[in-house]
Amino acid sequence: MLADKDRIFTNIYGFASPGLDGARARGDWDGTKKLLEMGRDKIIDEMKESGLRGRGGAGFPTGVKWSFMPKEIGERPHYLVINADEGEPGTCKDREIMRSEPHKLIEGALVASFAMGAHAAYCYVRGEFHHEIQCLQRAVDEAYEAGLIGDDACGSGWKFDFYVHSGAGAYICGEETSLIESLEGKKGQPRLKPPFPAGVGVWGCPTTVNNVESIAVAPEILRRGADWFAGIGRPNNVGTKLFNISGHVNQPCTVEEAMGIPLKELIEKHAGGVRGGWDNLLAVIPGGASVPVLPKSICDDVLMDFDSLREQRSGLGTAAVMVMDKSTDMIKAIARLAAFYKHESCGQCTPCREGTGWMSRVMQRMVTGDAHVDEIDTLEEVTRQVEGHTICALGDAAAWPIQGLIRHFRPEMEKRILDNIARRTAAE
Amino acid sequence: MQTEQPSTFAFTAENLEKANWHIAKYPEGREQSAVMPLLDLAQRQNGGWVPQAAIEVIADMLNMASIRVYEVATFYTMYNLKPVGKHFVQVCTNLPCWLRGSDQVMEACKKVTGCGNGETSDDGEFTVLEVECLGACVNAPMMQIGDDYFEDLDSTTTEEILKALRAGDKPKVGSQIGRHTCEPAGGITSLTEQFPDRAAKAGGDD
Amino acid sequence: MPKITIDGEEHEVEAGMTILQACEQAGKEVPRFCYHDRLSIAGNCRMCLVQMERSPKPVASCAMPVGDGMVVYTDTPEVKKMRQGVMEFLLLNHPLDCPICDQGGECDLQDQAMAYGMDHGRYQENKRAVEDKYMGPLIKTIMTRCIHCTRCVRFSTEVAGVTDMGLIGRGEGAEIVTYLDKAVGSELSGNVIDLCPVGALTSKPYAFVARPWELKKTESIDISDAQGAAIRVDSRGPEVMRVLPRLNEDVNEEWISDKARYWVDGLKRQRLDRPYVRQKGKLKPASWQEAFAAVAKAMKGVQGKEIAAIAGDLADCESMLVLKDLMTGLGSTNMDCRQDGSKVDPSMRASYIFNSTIAGIEDADALLIVGANPRWEAPVLNARIRKRHLMGKFPIAAIGPAVDLSYPADWLGEGADVLSQIAAGSHPFSEVLKSAEKPMIIVGSGAVARPDGAQVLGTARKLADAVGAVTADWNGFNVLQRAASRVGGLDLGFVPGEDGLDTGRILDGAATGAIKVVYLLGADEVDTKDLDKPFVIYQGHHGDAGAHVADVILPGAAFTEKNATYVNLEGRVQRGQLAVYPPGDAREDWKIIRALSDALGASLDYTTLADVRQGLVKANPVFQGIDDIQAADWGDFGAAGELSGAFSYPIANFYMTDPISRASATMAECTDEILGGREGKTGTDG
Repeated sequence: MLADKDRIFTNIYGFASPGLDGARARGDWDGTKKLLEMGRDKIIDEMKESGLRGRGGAGFPTGVKWSFMPKEIGERPHYLVINADEGEPGTCKDREIMRSEPHKLIEGALVASFAMGAHAAYCYVRGEFHHEIQCLQRAVDEAYEAGLIGDDACGSGWKFDFYVHSGAGAYICGEETSLIESLEGKKGQPRLKPPFPAGVGVWGCPTTVNNVESIAVAPEILRRGADWFAGIGRPNNVGTKLFNISGHVNQPCTVEEAMGIPLKELIEKHAGGVRGGWDNLLAVIPGGASVPVLPKSICDDVLMDFDSLREQRSGLGTAAVMVMDKSTDMIKAIARLAAFYKHESCGQCTPCREGTGWMSRVMQRMVTGDAHVDEIDTLEEVTRQVEGHTICALGDAAAWPIQGLIRHFRPEMEKRILDNIARRTAAE
Repeated sequence: MQTEQPSTFAFTAENLEKANWHIAKYPEGREQSAVMPLLDLAQRQNGGWVPQAAIEVIADMLNMASIRVYEVATFYTMYNLKPVGKHFVQVCTNLPCWLRGSDQVMEACKKVTGCGNGETSDDGEFTVLEVECLGACVNAPMMQIGDDYFEDLDSTTTEEILKALRAGDKPKVGSQIGRHTCEPAGGITSLTEQFPDRAAKAGGDD
Repeated sequence: MPKITIDGEEHEVEAGMTILQACEQAGKEVPRFCYHDRLSIAGNCRMCLVQMERSPKPVASCAMPVGDGMVVYTDTPEVKKMRQGVMEFLLLNHPLDCPICDQGGECDLQDQAMAYGMDHGRYQENKRAVEDKYMGPLIKTIMTRCIHCTRCVRFSTEVAGVTDMGLIGRGEGAEIVTYLDKAVGSELSGNVIDLCPVGALTSKPYAFVARPWELKKTESIDISDAQGAAIRVDSRGPEVMRVLPRLNEDVNEEWISDKARYWVDGLKRQRLDRPYVRQKGKLKPASWQEAFAAVAKAMKGVQGKEIAAIAGDLADCESMLVLKDLMTGLGSTNMDCRQDGSKVDPSMRASYIFNSTIAGIEDADALLIVGANPRWEAPVLNARIRKRHLMGKFPIAAIGPAVDLSYPADWLGEGADVLSQIAAGSHPFSEVLKSAEKPMIIVGSGAVARPDGAQVLGTARKLADAVGAVTADWNGFNVLQRAASRVGGLDLGFVPGEDGLDTGRILDGAATGAIKVVYLLGADEVDTKDLDKPFVIYQGHHGDAGAHVADVILPGAAFTEKNATYVNLEGRVQRGQLAVYPPGDAREDWKIIRALSDALGASLDYTTLADVRQGLVKANPVFQGIDDIQAADWGDFGAAGELSGAFSYPIANFYMTDPISRASATMAECTDEILGGREGKTGTDG
């Protein structure tokens, strides 16, 4: 288990003040000017060496992403955009950072922006987080007042502005190009890539979009050194991570743990164990709604990091662990997710717009068993017809949970259908 | 759009100031970026829904075509283009909440308000809506009423909250089982060095 | 130049091309719905997915720029399967109403479903139904058929420059709408019907009228304005069913105006289908012989200088030439093809054509519009200006009452004095024009038809010289003609000869009695109040203003009913073709005049159309080069003088400008619904 001294978010539960005084007491804004004095290249190198992989779901190395920005600032200003459109079902970590540790985010934004030559950062927060937006804005005001950001951020001579932008209810805006469109005041429909945001991002300018958690951990990594962060976890899967454990556990919670912690340990140590005991476990969705479900047999010993979960044909995603005990109607659970993706499809491209509706409707029938057994194969084919063929990853995200269901719970699906046929035949 | 529309809309002086504060966040010539916060302001000012006149006022303010504002207003779920009840109750029914009893929360809503999904009560007090994940999954099940999150619900607490609202009271926001935020209900299992008195009792008692 | 391997063959292509374009060049067909080479790239239909080596996912070929060394496959089983998949998705919610769909037979979805789809669908659920939307009198919607390609939204926003259309909602619920169900407020709106790859947007006037395979297709030229857009006239039996654009990169790309597309229902109403002779104040049907005899009788004893002829805006070159020859034979030099009283100089071709050429607009780098509303006077040309505007670095200023041109212009004032200031170099915009490499000046046909039109023309010419708008390889001086007949008439010399009278003086002469016979060749826009005194011969196809004052009516052919030559505003000689025969006793126009010449004892030496066309070449060698344009010589023209008074535009109602459109019920509907019943109807409405 991760030692408290290695935890970054020491006020994640908000027991202490989220304000500037509290933040300073926890070590935030400590020597920020010195961090900036490392210079852009050194900061980016250090971030690369730390091995931090993006905490928003895709796990792309953060330092490498920062290095994609143009080295020189040309005619077009650079921007950092922070993705706080937290909407992946099961995920509620950025919310805690914004309401309890907002200064980590703001300080991180300054450091990251400086490293990428950006004088402004926009934090795109989902609109439903009304109180979190207020918390964050309060912290921003404090930081301006204290001179930590503004025309001469931390006395570094670097001008830096931090703006909070609120969304208005669209899961798709968590996709980076869609978020950029939304930030420009349009419908949140993903853009075609190329061009990539580092070349043409918000308002046509070089832009990097990072998750809240990725940005908020940056100052601490730089203060303690890349080696410290890289020393936690397994190679290529390092550092600490906020986990959200929800569903059928005794004590759902958010906790910062080491990457690679065994799933079972995570659930038992922090979430009070599975309701009714480990043996009552049916399955776990380990990384938010988009990743395939894992049956208990895999959960018994799988490690919670990118590569381990990938090996099991699932993913770490946002590290939102949804636990389901044996009372769960697994088919209904996945059908609920299918309905979610249908609701959240932006409607721009054909496979997603039409496919999410199709998949959702078939899944509804699978719940009642009102289907033919060979429709399971058709459903699987439809998921393949969506996967990889869309503009953004929402199509994949809609396909994977169903693929996971069919992979691990096909006998249940077949039984549901056969039972239904038997019931109908009996009734006739 | 709603058939009965007010013929005009104008931001109040206070909201106009807020609108200009939002517009000032974006680079010159990029005022369109403020369309979402402005729609939100208009909705708040207009009792929970965006009238067509507001769409046109905002379009003018931001140098946008009305159709572009309308596109935005219809794309995002938080904008209501029709009137809603005084208390806009949004119940998360996505997987983590469903696993922990969002069906019961919906039932409780129906019991107190008489509203099923998408319905508004005859007295105009409540609109109840099933919504997608609101991002408070470790505090499931939960609902959002207006701007406030009510978390760790069950039938009883849901009913109590709604009844209190109907009575004009202000029910306690946040966790309904005494949690501070997202920590384990039985006491913390990490950060015990920093907050020893919040630690879970040894052995646990779930 | 990057090299790309497509299906195993290496091709060298231009940098900046997309994979789809490279595939097309390599002769590989890539299906698509949303992609259109004149619109921005949306990449949303996913029909054009191809496989690319080293790419884990298939790529949308319409959006992916070619890179050197790319290896692309368009013919693998995987690609076939992807296309089948996308087709299946597109058809999920598409209704099975092809038998009653007007797009049937010319539907991209139908064709591609045949070529790339599966033979059956697997979707068991109910299909989605979408409410139809109101988009005005021209566009019929059946929105359940929509596949959300957004071509219509992109066209209206980008090309037409109006913000009426949008895609609202999201996911399955996304719908194409116009804001508040308004009519699309563009003169180019009908083009969305051609762009719509399915039957969601179809032609309202053409609804349930015909099937594409029963139509005879005739390639022709539009004459609803002076641009001369390439069109295809679709007819069935004696009836013109519809008009569609043809591709002509130099003239109209692939767009036409709503008037060009929809005025053709006017061809069926108020037609003059037999000769008439006025007897006791009333027009009575007559035979050709009786009509000719009446003309001969009226001409008897009348001197050449007492005869005059005016050619209208839709007249073709052949008939103008033959009429000119007849007038000359009768000893008259009183003729004019400028019924608006334009003061352009017939002896200087550069003074009356659009010298920069339409395609040349894209090369210009500054523009001054003088007393013109190109959006109404030449809508497709206006779209070129907008296209140039979108490329950037193109300052546009205009003199005249401010109107919405669909692109921003700096309105310098309404008065003609502003033109004088710019020409004199005392206005800041002179500098803009001077510093431009290829400055452009567009002078409206209305501006040169003012009483001081010659001064306007001269001042604009002076300005062009002053700012260096005319060089060896660039002529930035342009007159925006709006009548299809005008440049041709000027080219062949249908203008006053020695001591001859122009339009204004012909009408004056008619009032005083000096002119005893007036021959109106489709001239309906002259002031007819003074035409009750002379004997009026009206030759034309519609019972419009000219016919009302006529003593003899000679029924002619409309543009769809004759093989005829027109010269567009750039000076491009083009030929329209006969699609259907003229109704009843109506005849091709040059033949009528030729026959009349016999009756008048002034026989002309033309027997075939080829003879007449040789005559055109003799009159002016420009008629030799069909579809070509020749640069006109630059020189001195116009007059000097003080300018004052505000400019005004000649068109009060875009939808009703000529006998055909005034007879069109569709154009009347547009007047009511799009312009809110602006002038042009009777004026007594409401």
